[in-house]
Amino acid sequence: MTDTQSVPAAGAAAARPAPRPGPAPAWRMLLPTMTPWLATGLVLVGGICLFGLLGPLLVGDPDAIRDVGLQGPSGDLWLGTTQTGQDVFAQLAHATRGSLQIGFLVGVLATVLSAFFGIYGAYLGGAADEAFSLLTNVFLVIPGLPLVIVISGFVPRESRGLWTIAVVLALTSWAASARVLRAQTLSVRNREYVAASRLSGERAWRVIVVEILPNLLPVLASQFVFAVIAAVLGEAGLSFLGLGASGSATLGTMLFYAQNGFALPLGAWWWFAPPGLLIALLGTGLSLVNFSIDEIVNPRLKNARLHRRRTRQAARAAKGGAR
Amino acid sequence: MNYLLRKLGFYAVAFWAALTLNFVIPRLLPGDPVDILLAKLSQRGAVVTPETRKAYATLLGGDTDASLPSQYLTYLANIFRGDLGTSISYFPAPVTEVIAASMPWTVVLIGIATVIAAFLGVLLGAFVGWRPGTWLDSMVPATTLLAAVPYFWLSLVLVYVLSRVLDLFPAQGGYDVVLSPGWSLEFIGSAVYYGFLPALTIVLASIGGWLLGMRNMMVSTLSEDYVLTARAKGLPARRVLRDYAARNAVLPSIAGFAISLAFVVSGSVVTEQVFSYPGIGSRLLAAVTNNDYALMQGVFLFITLAVLGANLVVDLLYGLIDPRTRAR
Repeated sequence: MTDTQSVPAAGAAAARPAPRPGPAPAWRMLLPTMTPWLATGLVLVGGICLFGLLGPLLVGDPDAIRDVGLQGPSGDLWLGTTQTGQDVFAQLAHATRGSLQIGFLVGVLATVLSAFFGIYGAYLGGAADEAFSLLTNVFLVIPGLPLVIVISGFVPRESRGLWTIAVVLALTSWAASARVLRAQTLSVRNREYVAASRLSGERAWRVIVVEILPNLLPVLASQFVFAVIAAVLGEAGLSFLGLGASGSATLGTMLFYAQNGFALPLGAWWWFAPPGLLIALLGTGLSLVNFSIDEIVNPRLKNARLHRRRTRQAARAAKGGAR
Repeated sequence: MNYLLRKLGFYAVAFWAALTLNFVIPRLLPGDPVDILLAKLSQRGAVVTPETRKAYATLLGGDTDASLPSQYLTYLANIFRGDLGTSISYFPAPVTEVIAASMPWTVVLIGIATVIAAFLGVLLGAFVGWRPGTWLDSMVPATTLLAAVPYFWLSLVLVYVLSRVLDLFPAQGGYDVVLSPGWSLEFIGSAVYYGFLPALTIVLASIGGWLLGMRNMMVSTLSEDYVLTARAKGLPARRVLRDYAARNAVLPSIAGFAISLAFVVSGSVVTEQVFSYPGIGSRLLAAVTNNDYALMQGVFLFITLAVLGANLVVDLLYGLIDPRTRAR
């Protein structure tokens, strides 16, 4: 994933311009350039995913009750214990898995919904496009979490499963992506090769999947990452209020138990700090990855970055020469 | 004029959609809200007449006598008369009264916090984007951390540090309970003091989004020809920044206000819960835990109405500052 641009060899580059690399293969255009930000993001996301995947296999039972309640972090129990002596670190591993699971699920559902309303509507054009676009804009201005809270309030606790919550979160979070996808599709659908494919009598789904979708892949990826962030945050908020999926263990439910177990008045920071920090770090990592995807969607951002780098290098070289 | 009509029309449709959602949701989902509600109502000593039952059935479904369209019409008529039913958790106060008492708290809190966050965020974003590559610019990843922090967790941390450890601010409530609410200076001072932490939470959690959006727009605006021309003419850097680059770069931030506001409202509902703030978010959650369905629906409608209203104002303002939207 590295290329010549990311090797920081300022002095050498200033002294003799590096030979221009030949045209990169087409698939390389779909991969982001490795930057320190992207590397940080990938490490954060990868680390948290590994923790969620492998952690639960390595830690003990998260629900086991000990007679050492509200202990601070120690060598034995890395993140201390809850009020009833449960291992916070073990809970964190299981909760991370739960949060990632629902984040991924909602991310996929919301992306599919936004692709349908955004791409299909824009492809059809005319009245269908107007209707889809109106629906998208209406969903965009209706505040999501209050709606989710109302829906969860009507569903009895016992029938509030993982899928129910996932569908509700997806239904309230697809609109922003659909608007972005619609704008992109509108610019693609009038290109000549798409028109040619349409005129030659291809069916609608084929034109969309074969001709239009490949152009939208980076946008879709970026919207998917956004959807995962929003889903993890939304689920955490919902669970924190006690309205999440029943029987689930996520970072939000951990915070719910911490709040209801008076972690705050008792000063048990090791109980409520790690879950939120993990959510924030996951969100940061995903956002940083998204910056790099944005550079593929909008090459101007990349050019601006390369331009800045050259300016910086030139300034450094000038300073070195004057000395 | 055309722009105005189009916007008004859109928000009318959006409000109608919210009303309809409110009507459809309890009817689509499992559970029997009317029975739960009436059971709670009789617990509180209210006499449950067939009329009461019918009134709630219109609101929540389960009315077997009337057809669905006629239920829908009665429901709409009730809403437009301002009749949202009786709250059971604040029995016998009507829902509208409960909402009217809590709405100002939230509107002032979110309003002030959003204005501060937007102003500071756009200002900082303009400066960071103006000189990309400086130490300020390397702070940008840190702001993504702020943008990804869950509101309620941030408020937990702030309460822990500023209220429990340093003991600077009260951890809970909206005002000093020994004071009686009113327009006295003492009460307003107490409300500001108590509202500081919730407002700080909202500002900190939402400023990152504004900053980032503005910075990215500044970076791409700086490569525009008119900025180059302005520089080539030898205009002072401040003037180029203010009158040429920032003015154009800020437009998408304003156009994206709708999305930001929906996020802030969602976040502050949970934040109010942490602080037991007497606003509308706490009422919504109290309604959910008490199965107070009438209040729940009423609060949702009012939150939506407020958000739509704020967006309408911003849209109209946007039409003023960007003539291209009107010309379309």
